[in-house]
Amino acid sequence: MNKYLLYPGCSMESSAKAYLESLNAILGPLDLHLDEIEDWNCCGATEYLGINLIPAYSLIARNLALATKQMNGTRTVVTPCSACYLNLAKADYYMQERPALGAKVNEALSAGGLEYKPGTLDVRHLLDVLVYDVGLDAIKRKVTRPLNGLKIVPYMGCMLPRPDYQHRWSDHEHPTELGDLLRALGADVIDYPLTTSCCGGHMTQIAPETAFELIRRLVVDAYDRGAHLMAAVCPMCQLNIDAYQNETNHYFHSHYHMPILFFTQLMGLAFGKEPGELGIGVELVSSRNALAHIGVEVPITQEPTVRKKDEGLPMPRRLLSNHKHEKEAVK
Amino acid sequence: MSEKKQERVGVYVCHCGSNIAGTVDVVDLANWAAEKLKHQGVVIAREYKFMCSSPGQELIEKDIKELGLTRVVVAACSPHLHEKTFRTAAKKAGLNPYLVELASIREQVSWVHTDKAVATEKSKAVVSGAVSRVIENVPLEEIKVPINPNTLVVGGGIAGIQAALEIANAGFHVYLVEREPSIGGHMAQFDKTFPTLDCAACILTPRMVEAGTHPNITLLTWSDVVNVAGYVGNFSVTIKKKARFVKEELCTGCGICQEKCPKKVIDEVHEAGLGYRKAVYTPFAQAVPNFPVMDKENCTYFIKGTCKACEKFCPTGAIDFKQEDQLINVDVGNIILATGYDLFDARRVSNYGYGRLPNVFTSLEFERLSNAAGPTNGDIVLRDGKTTPKSVGIIHCVGSRDKNFNNYCSVICCMQGLKFAHLVHERTGATVYNFYIDMRTAYKAYDEFYQRVLEEGTLFVRGKVAEVTNAARNDREKGKLVIQVEDTLAGKQRRIPVDMVILSSGLQPRHDAREVGKMFGISCSTDGWFTEKHPKLDPVATMTEGVFIVGCAQGPKDIPSSVAQGAAASARVLDKILQREVTLEPIKASVDQEMCSGCRICNGLCPFNAITFLEDRMVTEINPALCQGCGTCVAACPAGAISGTGFSDEQIMAQIDGLLFRNLEPVEA
Repeated sequence: MNKYLLYPGCSMESSAKAYLESLNAILGPLDLHLDEIEDWNCCGATEYLGINLIPAYSLIARNLALATKQMNGTRTVVTPCSACYLNLAKADYYMQERPALGAKVNEALSAGGLEYKPGTLDVRHLLDVLVYDVGLDAIKRKVTRPLNGLKIVPYMGCMLPRPDYQHRWSDHEHPTELGDLLRALGADVIDYPLTTSCCGGHMTQIAPETAFELIRRLVVDAYDRGAHLMAAVCPMCQLNIDAYQNETNHYFHSHYHMPILFFTQLMGLAFGKEPGELGIGVELVSSRNALAHIGVEVPITQEPTVRKKDEGLPMPRRLLSNHKHEKEAVK
Repeated sequence: MSEKKQERVGVYVCHCGSNIAGTVDVVDLANWAAEKLKHQGVVIAREYKFMCSSPGQELIEKDIKELGLTRVVVAACSPHLHEKTFRTAAKKAGLNPYLVELASIREQVSWVHTDKAVATEKSKAVVSGAVSRVIENVPLEEIKVPINPNTLVVGGGIAGIQAALEIANAGFHVYLVEREPSIGGHMAQFDKTFPTLDCAACILTPRMVEAGTHPNITLLTWSDVVNVAGYVGNFSVTIKKKARFVKEELCTGCGICQEKCPKKVIDEVHEAGLGYRKAVYTPFAQAVPNFPVMDKENCTYFIKGTCKACEKFCPTGAIDFKQEDQLINVDVGNIILATGYDLFDARRVSNYGYGRLPNVFTSLEFERLSNAAGPTNGDIVLRDGKTTPKSVGIIHCVGSRDKNFNNYCSVICCMQGLKFAHLVHERTGATVYNFYIDMRTAYKAYDEFYQRVLEEGTLFVRGKVAEVTNAARNDREKGKLVIQVEDTLAGKQRRIPVDMVILSSGLQPRHDAREVGKMFGISCSTDGWFTEKHPKLDPVATMTEGVFIVGCAQGPKDIPSSVAQGAAASARVLDKILQREVTLEPIKASVDQEMCSGCRICNGLCPFNAITFLEDRMVTEINPALCQGCGTCVAACPAGAISGTGFSDEQIMAQIDGLLFRNLEPVEA
């Protein structure tokens, strides 16, 4: 039995429910037991560290401190989200490297009766655990429905392999882990030079044009290489490419249709699970046609959403940064 | 401490111009020493502008004779600089040179302090320590050993060849050992040499032939040095001559065996992985010696037990499958290491795509590509073997000047990049881009070559390339390698699509440099290059007497510098040979075998392999000829059984007492 502590992260309960469902579906076959950290909180995502270091690190370290209470034979915290992984790993690393920071964070934690000694835990991403602990051979043995003929680009995103504090990945620019795993599932893995390029992150909220260009590059290159679909390891990457693909198409007057699934969903399929158990079908860019290549029929689970008419009162106009006068008037 | 006869000590404080006098009150220092250390035996303390000058030395000599000094302390620079000067002066005046001590008040005081009062106080402590110490010094005699006139040169690249030829031409015997089947080294792989564009083979092969046929040179190729014992003048070296499976005395070098051998192997060494050779091969046509070697790992006979095509066709019956490795012992007086460099593995810079993107080449691959004797007969083509590139990007500083890989500059890459630009331009007419951080074209006629390449129309982009990718963003980039770079002169990001990328990879120490260094008793810098005795004034000698380093083994350098170092080291060796004997410092460690517990802690510590353990008596012994007096074992010995002449416990303790002013006369209350 392989036992780990699980830090799921907020996305897993909302936008990336499919990730969590599919993860739960593959735990059994792989004999993995994930013990969720009790009372965990948000990791602060990509923004908080840019605003105020001490509260941001304290917010992250609270989760590590809670995890140490539940160690019970394992010291590995596994998280399926790249942003959470990076934040947890970063807090562990910098609390050690900068003792003054570590002391301040622990001072904050002590208010809640908690403490975290950096280095106590191993913070690892789900993909890392699957490839290096479970092992590709063990995964291969569980495959009952090989993904033969399904052309997939492995998309690892930028936060997973960089900065690689504990040297866990094969390379920082072109890591091979995801491709190796998909190959073990029988998929036709396409060499994807943009595998660690940025998906735009929260730029979709701040500067959508920037995000659209980044999303476009990823989708176009996957399409040009003949991919049927993309495989993601991060809720943020999946969300951006899935939920914003339509807007990106609209912005560039293009018509790309490039579904993106979580690698755990693909593992579930390969292990013989049905799409419904794996959260397949809820993605906005449908994977129906792509999965038809391996003879999987995705049931239509939901009607195409019709945007509801606003019934409330209108909101004030959005504040634009270049409308200086307006801004000052508001102040 | 037991009372001894009162020594008569002279203290000499040097101003070193303003180097010392600017920060230390030298007059006060001398007066203080004369007064406060009088009871210790200081009979005279003087200060002088330059103690190392002839009048300064004469001052000391005169005092030794006239005042009957028995000990001398010179408060001046580090002993590294002038210890010898003052010891020689003392010797001239009839005093044993080892009764002279230097108090370093320049490197350890004036150069590192600014406050004159504090610096003066500290210099008093240093002088006080030296006085207490010198009293405990004992007269020592230098050791003289005869020198074996033979020399070992390790590495048959251009630097090693040059060194071997210079010594052989002077009439002394040289053993030239080379790991590969042929001498020639990296230079034999090149097509042209910068900045004059001489054909590398045309200027190298005459030297190779000369080295191969010289009556004073014993050439041992396909051989490794496996053991080194002894010391300057008397090294005993064991060389493993790997089995060639070809009888050298019968082979005529006709090449029929290579022609008939059915097994094709990728040549990772000479062809840099870009071409093929046979399982029995000479690496290139002009190889010296020109008899082939058999690659046992790949030979069909050794794998499957049948074939022997080479044996069947050999007209002189020179093939011998039963040959075995041979161990050869040679005695030499001096050793020159010319072990060269490894090319930086460009796969490590994964954002440049080498190993992943087919049309990204390394510098050595391009050398073979452009070489008329290379796999494409000199045609510059893409990896498909036929398409001529229309645009080529040359990336400088790959693995060099990069804190992720090597911090140092690899020296040759700028000129190499310019040479490639010229060759591509001349032979294909392609558009050539050079991506550089800084253009470094020092030395004779180098910058003129840069001007020439500029005038030829090569485009230069100043900026470190971020990545080389095949992920096209538009039609212009489709099917190309896109170089993403910040053009720091234009102040903007650029994406430049090209057909071929050449990585001007840096130079690295040999992968086994540290083990080789340990075998020869020399050290490596943090980067891994062999460390010279002095970076400016003694660049080819090492801290181990009789072992010299030349060429890229010492650090990245171009062909002219490698040749100059080869010649320089040979001059140093010839100087030693012609002296017939070598004088060794008597500063040595010795083991009191009564006290040695046989714990062997010191055994692995000696950097000069001077310590041997006598199994029968379970005690350790130090070879005085090998010992360089570093003191590591003295400090390490838990039983206090090892003592160093010149660094005895008495001397050290007395010096510490002096430094702490415990030697001053108690002030009467």
